[in-house]
Amino acid sequence: MSTLSPTADVHGHGHEGHGHHDIGFIRKYVFSTDHKVIGIQFLMTTLLMLLVGGALALGVRFQLAWPWRTVPIVGEIVFSGEGGTMSPEFYTMLVTMHASVMIFLVIIPILAGAFGNFLIPLMVGADDMAFPVLNMLSYWFMWPAIFFFGLAFFWSGLDAAPAQGWTSYPVLSALKEAAPGAGIAQTWWLMGLTFVGVSSMMGSVNYMTTIINMRAPGMTLFRMPLTIWGMFITAILQAFALPVLTAAGFMLVAERVLGFNFFVPGGLIVNDSDPTVGGGQPLLWQHLFWFYSHPAVYIMLLPAMGMVSDMLAAQVRKPIFGYKPMVYSMAAIAGLGFIVWGHHMFTSGMNPALGMTFMISTMMIALPSAVKVFNWIGTIWGGKVRFNTVMLNCVAFISMFIVGGLSGIWMASVPTDIYFHDTYFIVAHFHYVLFGATLFGCFGAIQYWYPKMFGRKMNETAGKLHFLLTFIGFNGTFFPMHMLGIAGFPRRYADPYIHPYMEHLMPMNRFMTLCAILMGLAQLILIGNFILSYFTGEKVGRNPWQANGLEWSAPSPPGHGNFDIPPVVYRGPYEYSSPLIDDRDYLMQTDLPPKRPVEKEQDNTSSNDAAEGQG
Amino acid sequence: MNKFWPLFFCFWPIVAVVAFWISPAMNWWFPGMAMSPLGQQIDNLFYMILVIVGLVFVGTHIGLGYVLFRGVAHEDEKKSWFSHGSHKLEVLWSVAPAGILLFMSLYQLDVWMRYRVKSHFPDEVQPIAEVTARQFEWRIRYPAPGKALMPTPQPDDLYTVNDLHVPFGRPVMIRLRSMDVQHSFFVPELRIKQDAVPGTVIPIWFETVDEGDFDLTCAELCGWGHYKMRGRVFAERESQFQHYLKTLQAEQDYDGVRELGSTGAQIAEYSRGPHKQAGH
Ligand code: HEM
Ligand SMILES: [Cu+2]
Ligand SMILES: [Cu+2]
Repeated sequence: MSTLSPTADVHGHGHEGHGHHDIGFIRKYVFSTDHKVIGIQFLMTTLLMLLVGGALALGVRFQLAWPWRTVPIVGEIVFSGEGGTMSPEFYTMLVTMHASVMIFLVIIPILAGAFGNFLIPLMVGADDMAFPVLNMLSYWFMWPAIFFFGLAFFWSGLDAAPAQGWTSYPVLSALKEAAPGAGIAQTWWLMGLTFVGVSSMMGSVNYMTTIINMRAPGMTLFRMPLTIWGMFITAILQAFALPVLTAAGFMLVAERVLGFNFFVPGGLIVNDSDPTVGGGQPLLWQHLFWFYSHPAVYIMLLPAMGMVSDMLAAQVRKPIFGYKPMVYSMAAIAGLGFIVWGHHMFTSGMNPALGMTFMISTMMIALPSAVKVFNWIGTIWGGKVRFNTVMLNCVAFISMFIVGGLSGIWMASVPTDIYFHDTYFIVAHFHYVLFGATLFGCFGAIQYWYPKMFGRKMNETAGKLHFLLTFIGFNGTFFPMHMLGIAGFPRRYADPYIHPYMEHLMPMNRFMTLCAILMGLAQLILIGNFILSYFTGEKVGRNPWQANGLEWSAPSPPGHGNFDIPPVVYRGPYEYSSPLIDDRDYLMQTDLPPKRPVEKEQDNTSSNDAAEGQG
Repeated sequence: MNKFWPLFFCFWPIVAVVAFWISPAMNWWFPGMAMSPLGQQIDNLFYMILVIVGLVFVGTHIGLGYVLFRGVAHEDEKKSWFSHGSHKLEVLWSVAPAGILLFMSLYQLDVWMRYRVKSHFPDEVQPIAEVTARQFEWRIRYPAPGKALMPTPQPDDLYTVNDLHVPFGRPVMIRLRSMDVQHSFFVPELRIKQDAVPGTVIPIWFETVDEGDFDLTCAELCGWGHYKMRGRVFAERESQFQHYLKTLQAEQDYDGVRELGSTGAQIAEYSRGPHKQAGH
């Protein structure tokens, strides 16, 4: 980079040398307090869990396409008792664990844990997180969570693993008689959930503090990249919503283990047990659960929205269209996100008056989502588009988010949701937003920030192939779910075809399963590309994408302490194609303000002096 | 130059629209016309939203495709358009969708109130049966012919499992309960769905417009056998319905000594059934 001064370099080396000196392998790569290492640890863990969750999903898809047939590959071993076919208990367990793994061990931690950790200090110009040890703990609390989910899985046998859905509604999840998996396994599941919660909470506190207190000089709030806004708002959401889930989880554990009574009403005879005593209310759980879990769906999206904005601007060489509306709409989504939870409960039997208020607030939350879509399209408008893997994934994000957002309208309006609730229409909706939007955004982000993580680029051809196959497989799997939903196909059915009105939908389900297998196989390309590029990828300098953010002014990969020259920020992160300079089409946040008339030598002035002057 | 990717992103929305277009013809659509007046209104709302959503989907994708094609065309230019946005456009595309969304939500309220708010229920509607969901079946309790359904079980009440008979052509009400966990009473052809919540009795009403039998399924995960809670709703003429109740009563009162009448013969047949099976 041209703005480096020799003195700064010396300083940087000195600092790096010091940082590396006295920590051994374990402290450096395992129990590291360096946000970059923690971010990469999160990334590897979540990618691993993505494969686990994907395998579970293929199990679900297999049963829907070929119900009660011998499961290929694993059938003979896992289901030897049943002659190689899965049992309905196992099917409901698959559905439950697939969702739990994907939501709690993949999507939430890949956004906040992996990218949040890696990017926040680099993008705000800090040398690390505000609380590095807390940060390390937040990663290491993921492992007990994984452990407990695993325990839930295997403790009492696969047919007695948690099978109450990721929503775990009591009474089903509260009484051990209610289902084979409602015994001790359900308690382990709740323990896992609690650990995920603690991990998220530690991250959330850390991110808020870092973003508020540790920004580089000149990094005003409205010069922050949208990724940081997304992470910041997500952290706030998490801090306010998560305690409710944690409390609800403890209440359920207390009910199950200690004999408290919150959710189970008296007089129930479950599976020929003695009648229950007490006066709990099952809907209480649904309110508490969705009070967290609706904001949580935005926790699973807002960071990706931010990252896509940053990637998009860099790939089309244009400023973000409507930066402030983008920020405000994220804030609006977060705010409204707290008053829409009841839209998951329209048919639950809650007071019907709530149906009306929740419908209006839910409809209104589509507004900021729409504004963001328009602004993304506006951002591409008039840009010189680079059609690389990053860009393709970003466009897919926008396109898929439109689908998911629009199907939300049917579900937001109560009368049509009466019909669609708990059918495959819902399944289509949330896969379009969570996979179609968030995960495509993450695929783009991996490709985009990989050079910063490892100093090498990922392979473009493999990236494009992965994108193409995933996109086709994804739409082939999930688009027909809209039709299934319209046909009244309920979720979580081990064998829908015993109901005559669904018999004819089996061929469609077979097609979907084949597409899902294609999509699953395509992920091997991603994993291969991720690993091989580490050894063979093209080596890159600080700023391979000619992007503006602070992270691109640090070495690739950044050393301990991140920046060899303390960054000073002169402008927002989206000054692409600025007329202020004419030899290149980007103007980094750290570049000195160009003098008019622009002279090329001007670029070479030491930014270090300026840093001292300003800081 | 390289138009492959813009074309790709224009191609898939076309596939999506075509898929929706052909779905009704392919029978990937509602399980038949809605068989209740309220269900027909729900369908109308569905189609209204479909039009709005369809236009937005096509419109945004045309916009997306357009900017992508332009993006290719700009390739030889030195720089992109330097613009931070447009206040006018922001206002336009905030206010217009806000209006549409508000309209849509207010437009729905009426159907919801008639479906679910007690004071808007049809005047004459009376509960004709109590449906109690349990793992994994629907237990049904009718009052004796000519009597009204009491909140608590009466000695002369009639019981069956999974087959719900109702008269068509007038609104009827069901008291929905659960004996163990949550379930959900879902009759796709009537477009009704209501969760059965343990500890609560929830009234639901519907009117079927014609004779027919409709699938009743469970739409709330209730355990391993969730998928097999298959029931049926038989809509029949008032006289048939009364006849059905009488038959039920006769079956229930049958003590095994009376002479075998037509229904008695069925019962005898029925009670022999399992023994026969056991012999095999
Ligand atoms: C345009 C904005 C959106 C609207 C109007 C909307 C509306 C809804 C409604 C009404 C439901 C409940 C439907 C039912 O169960 O009957 C729902 C479910 C869901 N939504 Fe959205 N949604 C929107 C965006 C999103 C986004 C952005 C995400 C995630 C990133 C998301 C994730 C989910 C999930 C995971 C569920 C299902 C949860 C479950 O039942 O398992 N939604 N949405
Ligand atoms: Cu929600
Ligand atoms: Cu069920």
